[in-house]
Amino acid sequence: MAKAYTPGLKVSAQTTFRARRQLPVSGEVLVAVGARVQARDVIARTFIEGDVTPVPLASLLSVPASDVPSLLLVKKGDQVATGDVIARTKGIFGFGKKELASPAAGVVESVSATTGQMMLRGAPIPVEVKAYVDGTIVEVIPNEGAVVEAEAVFVQGILGIGGETVGPLRIAVSTPSARLEAKDIRADMKGAVVVGGARITAEAVRAAREAGVAAIVSGGIDDADLRDVLGYDLGVAITGTEKIGITIVMTEGFGDIAMAVRTFAILKSYEGREASVNGATQIRAGVMRPEIVIARRAGDAVPAQGARPEEGALEIGTQVRLIRDPYFGILGTVVALPTEPAVLGSGSKARVLEVELEVDGARAGDSNAVRRVTVPRANIELIET
Amino acid sequence: MSAHVPAAKPAIDLSRLRYILATDCGSTTTKAILIEKVGDSWRQTQRAEAPTTVEEPFADVTIGVSNALTEIGELAGRRFIADDGTILRRRNADDPEGCDIYISTSSAGGGLQMVVAGVVAQMTAASAKRAALGAGAIVMDTIASNDKRKPFERIQRIRELRPDMVLISGGTDGGNVQQVVQIAEQIAPAKPRPRFGGEYELPVIFAGNKEAAPQVEAIFGGKGEKGFDLSVVENLRPTLEEENLGPARDRIHDVFLEHVMAHAPGYDRLIAWSDAAIMPTPGAVGDILQRIAERDRLNAVCVDIGGATTDVFSVFGGTFNRTVSANLGMSYSISNVCAEAGMQNVLRWVHVAMDERELRNRVKNKMIRPTTIPQTAEALVFEQAVAREALRLAYAQHKEFATTLKGVQQQRTVGDLFAQSGSGQSIVDDMRLDLLVASGGVLSHAPKMEETAAMLVDSFEPQGFTQLAKDSIFMMPHLGVLASVHPEAAMEVFERDCLVRLGWSIAAKGEGKFGKRCFAYRVSGAVTASGELTCGDVALVRVGPEQEVEVVVEPASGFDLGNGPGKSVTRRLKGGTVGLLFDARGRPLALPENEADRRALVARWAKAWGVLA
Repeated sequence: MAKAYTPGLKVSAQTTFRARRQLPVSGEVLVAVGARVQARDVIARTFIEGDVTPVPLASLLSVPASDVPSLLLVKKGDQVATGDVIARTKGIFGFGKKELASPAAGVVESVSATTGQMMLRGAPIPVEVKAYVDGTIVEVIPNEGAVVEAEAVFVQGILGIGGETVGPLRIAVSTPSARLEAKDIRADMKGAVVVGGARITAEAVRAAREAGVAAIVSGGIDDADLRDVLGYDLGVAITGTEKIGITIVMTEGFGDIAMAVRTFAILKSYEGREASVNGATQIRAGVMRPEIVIARRAGDAVPAQGARPEEGALEIGTQVRLIRDPYFGILGTVVALPTEPAVLGSGSKARVLEVELEVDGARAGDSNAVRRVTVPRANIELIET
Repeated sequence: MSAHVPAAKPAIDLSRLRYILATDCGSTTTKAILIEKVGDSWRQTQRAEAPTTVEEPFADVTIGVSNALTEIGELAGRRFIADDGTILRRRNADDPEGCDIYISTSSAGGGLQMVVAGVVAQMTAASAKRAALGAGAIVMDTIASNDKRKPFERIQRIRELRPDMVLISGGTDGGNVQQVVQIAEQIAPAKPRPRFGGEYELPVIFAGNKEAAPQVEAIFGGKGEKGFDLSVVENLRPTLEEENLGPARDRIHDVFLEHVMAHAPGYDRLIAWSDAAIMPTPGAVGDILQRIAERDRLNAVCVDIGGATTDVFSVFGGTFNRTVSANLGMSYSISNVCAEAGMQNVLRWVHVAMDERELRNRVKNKMIRPTTIPQTAEALVFEQAVAREALRLAYAQHKEFATTLKGVQQQRTVGDLFAQSGSGQSIVDDMRLDLLVASGGVLSHAPKMEETAAMLVDSFEPQGFTQLAKDSIFMMPHLGVLASVHPEAAMEVFERDCLVRLGWSIAAKGEGKFGKRCFAYRVSGAVTASGELTCGDVALVRVGPEQEVEVVVEPASGFDLGNGPGKSVTRRLKGGTVGLLFDARGRPLALPENEADRRALVARWAKAWGVLA
């Protein structure tokens, strides 16, 4: 077999990026096909049903459930405010009447004569969808939203924390292997998407939060630092809803690992431009990666079109990243694809490939300083262009 | 020449079968096997795998199936996939291409995800959970009137979870109607949105008090009315003393196939290809284990440790139980195993010094790049240490769940029934366990059989005599679904090619100080050996799979090997690829507190059992 499929992360200097922006429920779409939009523009709006408050009338009034309908002072569809009297018992000869005040505001949705339970629907909650990226509306999804298209720089990270945000790109370090530390965060980075190189320290995240930075993009983070930032140990990689006041995207992984040179160079060449960042990640069935999107403009340099490997294909000459110790994070080029499985240091048998490393293997603790290493095929990922 | 898959499925003529293709479409990998008639026997002959393609950019599960079957074809020298990617069928006995039947299981898309509900958490809701788990589902949440949540919190929770299906139980037949109707009233306004397809009507199965059924029907409405597709089946707890899980389980299977799978990308094609109903992967594993346990009258436990989840199946006294530990696994969930068990508990199984900061980063890197495999010996030692803890935690959860009917003892007052909440006795008895089967990558693909055996004994802590086995290449799901078509072929392949008998764990129950006499053993017959073990010792006697021996063990007072404390036990048995693992470490298994002592002892055990050279 000359080719093998392996998933990789996309890092592209020019691609057609499409964002499907949808409301969770039906609503009003505020844009038409062909409209130019900015990332922060609201393009669809709706109101979702309010929260439901069950009111156990029968037990609160101490009456049988079947009596409840005859004691109601409101009917289905009525709007009630907190404290409004919604039911009253008949008492005995008109005395000892018991009244029940509504525990919440809302519309009476249903009353059950079986259970004696009233369901109150709270006030509608507004929901808006923004364009997320500067671009053009290419499709309107009636009553739901729209598809925004942009010629863009598109960088997928490996893991993110926090949701969508937008801000100007600021490069905080000089090289992709430089750590992003607290001293690199400056007051004028408020609202920016700050790009580091290798590891982000917990102090740098703290400083960025204090400075009001919108997002940080860097190569890696120590697990201990992430725990410090989150306040808990990340058990499974399903993220995006964290409320930590900042979005974080790691492009490579955990530990002191440099951002891929190409990723850093691309981001650096767009310093000052608006970047849309989403940290949401789901690494299980339905994989979702964090992303950085920068809309290109007329006049932006056209990236060189080298020979592009077939998408998802692993061939001799393919650029790969090693994604497991002892070579974790190192980039290289495939130089051989043996068909027969080989016995690994662990004693397991697996299909392997040979990689010429871009940096000296000694960096990963290999005393022989080899440049050509044999690794399981499962332990590499493609660098897609 | 071969023909493409026919749209209509003719009845299968078992006598003409020769080539059976089976796949298991997992969350990450689609595993295919070829089962062939070789002479008069059924044998598993080839195996291949390909990435599952249920996600974008492919969004069609059959592409992964085609890829895996193409590779099987290359290995077997027989074409199974046509140029258009569909499965070829053998037209006649001389046809050089194609298979006779194709069958599949699936857990792609994260498997079947359900919310179950009942009136009382420890009674009907627990029964509903058992029914869902037995059908192969992941239970995302259990809603009950007494689950200590406010009604709106339950509604919010159901909204967020987006289950594939909801199972509602509650009330014994003729009993309370009001509470189960209340539960239904809370599920309906939550209007949970399904994961697949906007037009999808959420399946709801009602298996509660039959007298409440009309009111439940009114709440959820008919098909096309309120966005639900309600089906009513027999009550799964018709009386307090009786559980009737079969009808609900069957309905879950049907709905899984008709609704959930039919909306998953490419499943309409997969269903058309398949000659038997596609089963949820764990459901198929459970089926084959039950067949084995019933046939051989065994108490058996099977564990399947995956990337995201660990499934434990048990059959004790004919009663089947299954649990899914949703966040215990070796890739997606590896970080959660370390968080739940604690890194110290993981590292207690490691005999060399490791840098904890570095390990934590490695664990996270495995979580975010879940398909990588250990390359170095050190990485493997650590991965197997994590596996021990994942298995230990999953088995503890299983024991807690697999109980005699909770809420039922003798006939007493209702007050008594509520007072004994959570008091069900676990029916899993380590001393009565006859067979322990290991499945899943880290166990099935361990480079040495000895490693698999040691992981099983360390994490399950079996007592007395327990046979250890492993699923050679993870084919129990395939055989489970095959059993629904051709039970004889499934059992034959299970014995010959699936089950690798590793040997026996012979372990004393009891506690004693290191160095104190624990038990003596004598092995005679095809192999002769004898020895005496003190507390903390282990020993291995190599007895091959075809070698029969008599084993006599004589425990010291306070130690039990099956006949009671201090009483000797004599057994005739056949060995396995590893042999007889004598274990005098005591139960529960304890390790020294001192770091150096612990490492030295773990290394000694590993050497004694052949894990380390």
